[in-house]
Amino acid sequence: MPNQPKFKRYIWELPVRWCHWINMVSIVILAVTGFLIGSPYSIGSSASAYAMGWIRFVHFTAAYLFTVSLVSRVIWSLIGNEYAGWRAFFPFFTAKGRDKMVKMTRYYLLIDKQVPETIGHNPLATTAYTTLFVIYILMILTGFALYAQHAPQGIMHKSLGFMYSMFSAQGMRLAHHFSMYLIFGFVVNHIYSAWLMDIKEHGSEISSMFSGYKFTVKKED
Amino acid sequence: MSKQSLENNGGFVEHGLETDDCSIGEILRKRGVSRRDFLKFCSAVTAAMALPASFAPRVAQALDEVKRPTLVWLEMQSCTGDSEALLRSANPTVAEIILDILSVDYHETIMAAAGHQAEEALDKTIAAFKGKYICVIEGSISMKDDGVYGSTGGKSHLERARQVCGGAVATIAVGTCASFGGIPAAVPNPTGAVGVMEAVPGATVINLPGCPVNADNLTATIVHYLVFGKIPALDAHGRPLFAYGKRIHDNCERRPHFDAGQYVEHWGDEGHRKGFCLYKMGCKGPATFHNCPTQRYNDKTSWPIGSGHPCAGCSEPNFWDTMSPMYKRLPHVPGFGIEATADKIGLGLVVGAAAAFAVHGALNAIRKDKEPGNETKEG
Repeated sequence: MPNQPKFKRYIWELPVRWCHWINMVSIVILAVTGFLIGSPYSIGSSASAYAMGWIRFVHFTAAYLFTVSLVSRVIWSLIGNEYAGWRAFFPFFTAKGRDKMVKMTRYYLLIDKQVPETIGHNPLATTAYTTLFVIYILMILTGFALYAQHAPQGIMHKSLGFMYSMFSAQGMRLAHHFSMYLIFGFVVNHIYSAWLMDIKEHGSEISSMFSGYKFTVKKED
Repeated sequence: MSKQSLENNGGFVEHGLETDDCSIGEILRKRGVSRRDFLKFCSAVTAAMALPASFAPRVAQALDEVKRPTLVWLEMQSCTGDSEALLRSANPTVAEIILDILSVDYHETIMAAAGHQAEEALDKTIAAFKGKYICVIEGSISMKDDGVYGSTGGKSHLERARQVCGGAVATIAVGTCASFGGIPAAVPNPTGAVGVMEAVPGATVINLPGCPVNADNLTATIVHYLVFGKIPALDAHGRPLFAYGKRIHDNCERRPHFDAGQYVEHWGDEGHRKGFCLYKMGCKGPATFHNCPTQRYNDKTSWPIGSGHPCAGCSEPNFWDTMSPMYKRLPHVPGFGIEATADKIGLGLVVGAAAAFAVHGALNAIRKDKEPGNETKEG
């Protein structure tokens, strides 16, 4: 059916797209500055320089931006459309989701040749996003727990007390550092899959993340 | 030393069990400590307690009036480093703290009494001053196999700790071993070593970790108790906030170099000679709470970072396991061999993922897909 007409459908609402790109920008900033905090270069020309100070300032500002973005996305999952809703992120709990997940896995493993087209997120992707979300939470908790140690007995330090009782500071540093690589691994996967599905589904997968529109055979209900 | 011990022993046998009606101020005057030296001590200890200088007269007044407390010092699995730190303390001097300010009725390392005589004295002391004496414990307590790995006077450390701490008004765990188990508790912890808090859950324990304890902090803790009649405010690990309330990193004299971006890159390099930040040499100052930068050791002479060595994080729980490797920023990843770092494993992961998807993409490019039929089409 190569000549079949396709309809324009609004899938990704503005808050979803904003959160996505804010996440991307803040993760890039956090990764670069975080790497420089973990293994800094001796770039200070005098003791009055403030190189590390600024790098840390940018890291902490980006951390707040990222956290606000993530919290906003969680709130939007309660009020947004069905493609943005929290249900999409737990496909395991519906028969349709499980079925689609199996098909998607079979396609990715080069067993099936038929592309299992999906309008919103495909279930395999949302499972990855849920895992990613857990990594984000770990990053935010370990990051702010380490950050809050500059003001012991403060509000942030006290409310993150459970982190200090569960993990050592060095353990949190290791987890915070290593999780960055897990996010890098996800990014490789994410960009590849977006590229692949853009080619296979012919639905404007990549540009939909800018415009919000995908192209589907079925007309909007 | 031997003369002092003998003197101490005299005091220990003669008035160890008697109620000494003299106040600390009177004892000090009798001993010939000048008013000036006494006030200097009060000022120093007020600063150590992180109280404003205006409190110094109150401290002096309280010490003038208060009766000296009875103190017993038990040694468990330790290297005696904390006793050494106390005996070498400059402020107050050994004579002042042991003979005048405190009535140390039992201290295995420095008392002259030995054997049954010493054990008997300890039993009498804790019976006579039940609920009134201060107990100081140095060293970790072995818990494994009913604590058979450490004993003194025929009793296991665990038994002694339960007996003595139970009757004490407060127990001060000096050093990291007594506080958190320390080096004896490091993996694989063959003796099941723990700190006092864990060994005697019901006791009132103040932890003064550090390797060794800073004697100034011990003095300040005792003076705090004498002046205010209660133990100081503690953090989540049972450490007094006046001494462990701030991170080393945030009070470090080399902090400007950290913020500037000036680091020691190799031992003995130009930055090391200039006193730059030791962050890249594995300094654990950013993970350690202690007043080393301000209080320092040995009459405020110096401290590790002051002498060009990174902080080892010795005053934190499980420091030997969690703070290692000593000269690296991050711990090794457990389960991946001793030298595997997070960076190596992480990079391997990312490169592996990229390679896998590259192959996948190539396979997809050469293979032809089937368009979905109307019944399976969702979009």
